[in-house]
Order: sequence, then C-alpha cells, then structure tokens
Amino acid sequence: MALIRLDKISRRYQMGGETIHALREVSLQIERGEYVAIMGPSGSGKSTMMNLIGCLDTPTSGTYELNGTDVSDMDDNQLAEVRNREIGFVFQTFNLLARSSALHNVELPLIYAGISAGERRELALQAIANVGLTDRMHHKPNELSGGQRQRVAIARALVNKPSILLADEPTGNLDSRTGEEIMALFAQLAGKGNTIILVTHEEDIARHARRILRIRDGLIASDEVQARA
Amino acid sequence: MNFVTELKEGLLIAWSAIRANKLRSCLTTLGIVIGIVTVTLMGTAIEGLNRSFMQSVSSIGADVLYVDRTDWIITSHEDWMRMNRRRPITLAQARSAMRQVDFAQAIAPLSETGAGIKNHYRESDSVDVIGTTDEYAVAAGLSLNDGRFFTPVESEGGRPVCVLGATVASNLFKLTPPVGERVTMNGRNFDVVGVLEPVGGMFAENGPDTKVFVPLNQFLLAFRNNPNITLQVKVKPGLDLGDAREDLRAIIRKIRRLAPNDDDDFSINQQDQIVDTFHRIAGTIAGVGLFITGLSLFVGGIGIMNIMFVSVAERTKEIGIRKAIGAKRRTILVQFLIEAAVICLIGGVFGIGIAWPATIGMSKVIPATLSPTIVALALGVAAATGLISGFLPALRAARMNPVDALRAE
Repeated sequence: MALIRLDKISRRYQMGGETIHALREVSLQIERGEYVAIMGPSGSGKSTMMNLIGCLDTPTSGTYELNGTDVSDMDDNQLAEVRNREIGFVFQTFNLLARSSALHNVELPLIYAGISAGERRELALQAIANVGLTDRMHHKPNELSGGQRQRVAIARALVNKPSILLADEPTGNLDSRTGEEIMALFAQLAGKGNTIILVTHEEDIARHARRILRIRDGLIASDEVQARA
Repeated sequence: MNFVTELKEGLLIAWSAIRANKLRSCLTTLGIVIGIVTVTLMGTAIEGLNRSFMQSVSSIGADVLYVDRTDWIITSHEDWMRMNRRRPITLAQARSAMRQVDFAQAIAPLSETGAGIKNHYRESDSVDVIGTTDEYAVAAGLSLNDGRFFTPVESEGGRPVCVLGATVASNLFKLTPPVGERVTMNGRNFDVVGVLEPVGGMFAENGPDTKVFVPLNQFLLAFRNNPNITLQVKVKPGLDLGDAREDLRAIIRKIRRLAPNDDDDFSINQQDQIVDTFHRIAGTIAGVGLFITGLSLFVGGIGIMNIMFVSVAERTKEIGIRKAIGAKRRTILVQFLIEAAVICLIGGVFGIGIAWPATIGMSKVIPATLSPTIVALALGVAAATGLISGFLPALRAARMNPVDALRAE
C-alpha cells in the first residue's frame, strides 16, 4: 500500500474575486522509502502540493490518504496531530525558535506528542547526535552557522520518527558547499529507508532524488525515476 | 500533550518572551501595577473601616438590649416626630421592669446629662454625666484602668462618688493619679473612685472615654430629679436574644399600660441595628470605591490586551512553526493566556509590594493591615485580568492558519 495516495486532488483559492486553481485534479502515489523531488517554477503549485502533503492545508476536492488514513477532511487539531506524528518538516529558512536552545528546539515535537520528560531528553539527545551537533546543543540558533541550523532542523524533523521527511528548499539559504553537506545527509537518511520529499526549483538539488516530479500550472507535467548514478 | 507539560512549557515560553521585551513588558505591567495598588488600598481601607467600626461598637455589646424612648437610628421625619411625642420612661417604670426581668445577667438604668467638671487646677466646660447603678459595670462590660466602679452600697445610698472616662481623667489630671482626688460638678463634690480603660475607635467622642459615671440616686439629687431613663439589659449567656427581646417588650408594654392593639411607645435598641445600618452604608461605599478603582485595573487590562495582540502579530512565524510541528489550538491558546497571566501576576506582585508600605502609612489613621485574604484576592484579580484580556489575542493566535503563519516574516 502506498504511503501517500493523492486522488484527483484540487486546491482552489479565492483571491480578489478571482479563483486561482493551484492544483487541478492531481493524482499521485508515493511509496514508503522513496526519495522524491518535487520541482516547478514559482506559481506552478508545488508549494500548494507541499502544504497538502504536509497536512498544513486541506484540498478543495479529492482525497488524500496518508499511511492508510484519509486526512482530506480533518480539522485543525486532527491535522496538528497527524503532522506531529507523521511528518518532519525542514524549511528553507530553518524555522527554529530563536529563543530556545538547539536541544529544546529538537525536543519540541516530543513535547507536543506528550512524551515524558525523561524519554524526551533521551530521544532528543539521540537525534542531535545523529546530525553531529552534540557539542553545540545548548547553543541558540543565532549562535550556530546556517548548516548547523539546518542540521538542528533535520534533527527536529526526525526526532518523532515520522513517516515522511518533507524538505522545502532545504539548501536555499546555504552556500553550495554546506548545501552539498546537507544533501549528503539526506542521501544517508534515504539510504536508511526514510521517505524523503524534497521541494526545490534547483536541478542540481533535485538530481539527488531518485524520482523527480515536475509540476506546471497545477498539473504533474512529468514523473520520472532517475537512473542510479 | 498533558496539561501540566503544557503549563510548564507555557510558563517557559512566557518567561523568555517577557525577558526578550523587557521595556515593553515593564510598561505594560505598569498599568496592572497601578490597578492592583489602587484596588488593594481600597480593599484594605474598607476592611480597616469595618474593623474600626466593629471595634467601636463592641462597647455597645452584642448581647445587650437598650430600652429607650426612641430608636437609635431614625430614617424619616415622620418617625422622628412620632417618637418625640412619646412619654418619657420614668424611674418608677424602669425600677418596675428591673424587678420583673428574670433573663438579665445585669440590668442598669441610665440617665444622661451634660455638666461642667473641675478640680483644683483645671476644668472642662461640658462632659456627659451618666447616672446609673453598680450593675452598669457588668451590663456595659467596662474595664477599669485604675480604682473600681462604685459599689452596691454607694449606688443604693447615692454617695457622691464618680468614675471618670479615660479622656476626662487625662484632661483633668495631668500629674496626679485621679483616684482618691475630688472633682466638682454642679457645685457638688465627688470623690473619684475609678478611671476607665480607654476605648477609642471611631466614636471616641461619644463613647465612654468622655463620660463621667455617678450613682443614679446621686444623679437625681445633683442634676435632674425626673429624668428620662434608658434601661440597659445584658441578657444571660446562652439565652436567645430575640426571645429575651420579646419578653422585655411584653414587660415594658405592661408597665407602660398599653392596650393590646396600641403600638409600642418605646424602642428596644441593640447593636445589630447600628451594625446593619453601617454595613448598608459601608457596602455602598465599598461598591462605589471598588468600581472606581477597578476602572484603573480595567484600563491596565486593555493595555495587556493591546500588547498581547502585538505580541501575537510579531510571533506569527513562531506560531506557524509550532503548529507545523504539531501544536494544537489549545496548546497555542494556553501559551498566550499564560503569557498574559504571567505579565499581570508580575504586575500584581509589584502592586502588592507598593501597596504594603502604603497600608502601613494608612494604619496610622485606621486599623488597616494588608491581610493575606486581600493579597490572595489581588493576585487572583491580577491573574484573572490577564486571562480575560489575553483571551482574544490568544484565540487569534490559536486560530491562525499554519500555511499563512509560516509565510510571515
């Protein structure tokens, strides 16, 4: 069974009396363990796609089954729970809480999951160690480099052992060398069987994925599996 | 996510948010500080007035009935006219009642007049002279500072002795102790046998402090021979005051020869009437006072609401991040409510810190102390102000759409 199954998903917005069709009846399946890049120019609907897959938004029509559960009609609180359990986000601008230490940032999803303090600390320490930042864990985001911040964000995304790692332009705010490091980390995570969905507009970055979806005008323009390098 | 973790996390976030905006937090808190100071001082003042009043009326005695010609508190002109037409209560009637009453621990007739008083050195134009019997000491629960109250023999025999109220004694006798000395009233000499303990309080001007007590039989000779009498009846402990009051009323009606359908032509007064009236008046004052001071707290609350809206707007991105990671509406709501409550509680603590020395100053005028009840109440009100004024901003935060919130800069 597919981990993600989109069936004729549409998303329309009202903007100044005009209806914008961000996605038009898109159907898509992603299996567990896939490493997928979603590409497309701005305005193509890829952000909308990401928001829907990430359960930040719900479709206007169509059904979305995540891990066997229909999430297309869930309310705010149910979606929050699904996000907490199933999805780890990595953002372009890292989106760490500025006033909290790296460790506390990583602990946050566990707090929302209601995990006890002891277990929480243990899991967070493990996740921070996995991205190699144990010695920086008590630093605040502004005391860390961009690459380090993104590693903290990845640790935070993975700490709950989610079904999907959803990364939105994860290298967009990093220099190319650091970007390559992060992509190497992703490759490593994919190798361990994590499902990764990468949203990007950079060909170089997308090429790291094994499957590339191209979106244009709210439709999937192409869906190709890359030959292994 | 359980509520305790939520609370702990909320407190942590609130604390770091407040510290991150120190000046703003201080200014916002100021409104609450002022509100809490005024409300606390008002509450303390009202409590102090109540206590002062209760202390002052305690000399009347909670279990004492007073048979008088008129009510103590007359609220209409008609009543006043009617009661002033009543016949005086004569000594003979009072004595007859004293023989019939069997529920009294002590019963004393009183008559009052004004007189000048002097000794060798000093004089006072006018003091209240009370003619009564030895039982008055028990009926009124007097305590003496020096000497004694007059004895049954002195009382019965109408001896020229007197007991001075504390203020009278200290005014006349600056250097020598009054007991054993002699004072002159209405051209007659009286031996001072005792001085009362000072009572003080709100009604010190009309209380025992400014009075001189003489045996009633001497009073009849020296001051007035046919006075109006008040009968002061201290009811035996354990008896029901209402029943005693009804018995007393029946006895007086008989003595006054009233027909069954005649209205009472006398009044039975007791402390409760004064206390009730006071509580009515004090209740109004408290209501108005707390309303007016409450307004300042209200203004402070508006300040909190305003700043919480700003805080929510500024932290839209943070809210988005938290929601993306899995924070539910309630979690976000609680977080911002706690922040508002903490700001207000800090204001409350500072407010009490300011009000406390102020009440010490106030205590020089009225017996006001900052009671734990008022402190707890003030902190409770502060927290409630925070919760109420923080609610709308917190709700706005909780209802934010995560996609839009994440897009914010």
